[in-house]
Amino acid sequence: MLTRRIIPCLDVRDGKVVKGVRFRDHVPMGGIEELALRYRDAGADEIVFYDIAASPCGTTVDCAWVERVARLLDIPFCVAGGIRSVAQARAVLRAGADKISVNSPALERPKLIDELADAFGVQCVVVGIDSWRDADGQWRLRQYSGDPEKMRALARPTLDWIDEAQRRGAGEIVLNCMHADGVRAGYDIEQLSAARAVCRVPLIASGGAGDSGHFLDAFVNADVDGALAASVFHSGTIAIPELKRVLAGCGVAVRR
Amino acid sequence: MAAVVLVDSGGANIGSVRYALQRLGVDAPVTHDAARIRSASHVILPGVGTAAAGMARLRETGLIDILRGLRQPLLGICLGMQLLYERSDEGAAQCLGLLGGSVRRLRPRADVRVPHMGWNRLRVVRDDPLLEGVGPGEHVYFVHGYAPAVDSATLAECDHGGAFAAVVRRGNVCGMQFHPERSGSVGARLLANFLES
Repeated sequence: MLTRRIIPCLDVRDGKVVKGVRFRDHVPMGGIEELALRYRDAGADEIVFYDIAASPCGTTVDCAWVERVARLLDIPFCVAGGIRSVAQARAVLRAGADKISVNSPALERPKLIDELADAFGVQCVVVGIDSWRDADGQWRLRQYSGDPEKMRALARPTLDWIDEAQRRGAGEIVLNCMHADGVRAGYDIEQLSAARAVCRVPLIASGGAGDSGHFLDAFVNADVDGALAASVFHSGTIAIPELKRVLAGCGVAVRR
Repeated sequence: MAAVVLVDSGGANIGSVRYALQRLGVDAPVTHDAARIRSASHVILPGVGTAAAGMARLRETGLIDILRGLRQPLLGICLGMQLLYERSDEGAAQCLGLLGGSVRRLRPRADVRVPHMGWNRLRVVRDDPLLEGVGPGEHVYFVHGYAPAVDSATLAECDHGGAFAAVVRRGNVCGMQFHPERSGSVGARLLANFLES
């Protein structure tokens, strides 16, 4: 049986891993390679590296650290940040990343998803989505969330974009529920369940993990394929072996 | 001893396979040079992408008959394994035909998401030196939307909405549908077993 994935996310800025609250006020957490190996040893199923500065600055991800990580790691990893062309994606994949994730550039030019899927196959193409619950209760997209100065609210409903991204060739969706992010009050089960209902490819929950029960809730009640978290892992609040023990004890299939 | 070589199939994941071999102490060049491939001790055909694009690349580089004529151990990884079969549903591609049968699309259901992405268990169906030291029910990392059916060449199968072949071997031709280079210590052991064959 396919196991549910536990995915530490390392937000990368200027070559360091950082973490902010509600996508703001980023605080340095440590070196990329050091954290990557620590999570591999702890039993992470996959690691996502998200270069949060790349997209708002119009720059792309630096392939030198991608290659260093690829040489070290024997588990899969995905790189996100500023990838806006097939050529840039190819450079990141050639450096050793297993998947690439596109977010703001796919909103700028949705055809990028088709081009990436045609060039590398859908299994390499992850679409990251930043979503905010607006005052009217509707979930809508946010763009350029890596930089509070440049962040934009879009009129487009999140569930609409999930549907389009899949039709264009997304092989996986990572849904960042931004109002839950960094506050450790649990994943947004309501939004994730609504996304699950329209998402036929793997769906990864992001934003809100505070304790082991939150992961259990996301797997059992929103039926997500993986759960991504950052600060609870970086701070040591949740140890991955203990988290997997709890999940397995509750009947969730995990790799141990 | 002649070198282990990685066939430049145009797939973008060649780097990660190369690094996995380096972690085992083997520096395998990436090449599409026919003479180097013919004289290699072991040949690995990696690949990420689509079957049609992978075959087009092998045709362009003139490697189809070279690969068909190899007598030394040959390992196809992921798409590379799929290219070993007669044909693939993906782009209706004619493949190398070193293994009988077709590669089919995995069938999605509500509880079976495609692509099959993540860690899943191997079920060993036939003992083979390629599986030496691999315990029962070990997890390996899969990322694929197509797979070959279980047949007499299957050493280990996996289940995702139905059984499919995960590790195969017929004579010198071996295949792994998952990514041994990203499957932790189990994957490293499988690659080491191949290099010892």
